[in-house]
Amino acid sequence: MELSDYLPIALMTLLGIGFAVASILVSKLLAPSNPTPEKLAPYECGIVPLQDPVERFPVKFYLVAMLFVIFDVEIIFLFVWAVSYKEFGWAGLGAVVVFMLMLIETLAYVWKRGALEWNVARRQRYRRIVAEGHLEEAA
Amino acid sequence: MEFVDNFWFQLVLKLAGILGVVLTGALVVIYAELKIGSHMQTRIGPYYAGGRWGWAQPLADGLKFLQKEDLSPTGSDRTVYGFAPYVVMMATIAVFVVVPFGPDMVGANLDLGAFYLLAISSLSVLGVLMAGWSSANKYSLIGGLRAAAQLIAYELPLVLAVVAVVIQAGTMSLNGIVDAQQQTWFTIGSFNISAPFIIQGQILGFAIFMIAAVAELSRIPFDMPIAESELTMGYLTEYSGIRFTMFFLGEYASMISLSAIAATLYLGGYAVPGVHGNIVNLLGPGVLLTKVAILVFVIIWIRWTWPRLREDQLQTLAWTWLIPLALLNIAIVSIFKVVF
Repeated sequence: MELSDYLPIALMTLLGIGFAVASILVSKLLAPSNPTPEKLAPYECGIVPLQDPVERFPVKFYLVAMLFVIFDVEIIFLFVWAVSYKEFGWAGLGAVVVFMLMLIETLAYVWKRGALEWNVARRQRYRRIVAEGHLEEAA
Repeated sequence: MEFVDNFWFQLVLKLAGILGVVLTGALVVIYAELKIGSHMQTRIGPYYAGGRWGWAQPLADGLKFLQKEDLSPTGSDRTVYGFAPYVVMMATIAVFVVVPFGPDMVGANLDLGAFYLLAISSLSVLGVLMAGWSSANKYSLIGGLRAAAQLIAYELPLVLAVVAVVIQAGTMSLNGIVDAQQQTWFTIGSFNISAPFIIQGQILGFAIFMIAAVAELSRIPFDMPIAESELTMGYLTEYSGIRFTMFFLGEYASMISLSAIAATLYLGGYAVPGVHGNIVNLLGPGVLLTKVAILVFVIIWIRWTWPRLREDQLQTLAWTWLIPLALLNIAIVSIFKVVF
């Protein structure tokens, strides 16, 4: 394995860039350019937008991204073992089982803490209804 | 014919061939989707352009898009906005460099092939997020965030499913994985039986991989990022003309790329049972593309028959079903592999 093995990838990237540039040039030649303020306004089904797009978004998205980073980094270590399990044998399998258990424990912890629940408000309303004993009425 | 043996000539020919196959393949898949969709839902579908079966519809659409005005809305970040479709397109095209169409019909036979695939294919998240963020549009922003959350959530089961294949094959090189599926599995009398990994106990892994792949493509039933009824067109809302075409082509090209990866990892790739030697280089592309066509048909079939999942259902499916199942799959495969 040498660095030159990666040459095709660099070349493919160049070909891809060439394709992109060519398509932009053709489009520049063929497409009209006649922008008006109405055309350039952000699309909102015909309503004039009053403010910039939301600055705040549900924190769930951030949480998912954090979880992804944790899990993805841990999974990368599995690849190292996956290509050389023959050399490691049972000892390697034991070590990986311990490692996987930690991964599963993380998942279980996150799950238990409710980080994977997206409909928290609905759950809470349901629990309140159950606690107040109005389940039959609500149903 | 000295120049035929030239390394550079062969390399450029191979890569240009791959690019051509991918782009025409994307057009064919667009046409297939229109036709299959219309048959499944008793619609008319394309039948004017190009004559009897409307075969020129994707070409006509492409030409139309080229002639449309390329707008970037006020308040958008023009550089990022303009660049985003090409990030998605490049990430898709670069995947095909390592997909083997035959023993020698491969752009680059990397030792880290499977790893490279996963790394590059997840780059398209970046393009989608760039598009959503830079459009200065509410629908685009929410669509981009949903897409990013979905792509990274389903990246995990996808990667875990591939880990199981790597354990079974003992190599990350894609050519190596195809070879491993031609090795003798067991012998009956004097017959050596070999089988693709899907038969050698990877059926669960294949199912996880395909579900995660459909989610990575943001197609129905996992199309919350686009969800027309609530987000117009998600992160694509503001795009028009050639840049929209790039996203569109990229989506269909990545359908082919994910199907090609699945075919290589689970269905035996280019291999023809009982055939060895140079002839496989000739037959290989046809065999692989047939398998790709079958998988693409299944993905289209799913799209036209299933309803859409809600955002919370979608995340729950990834984290509480697919990831534990994928871990279980790894455990089963690795124990079998070490014991036998």
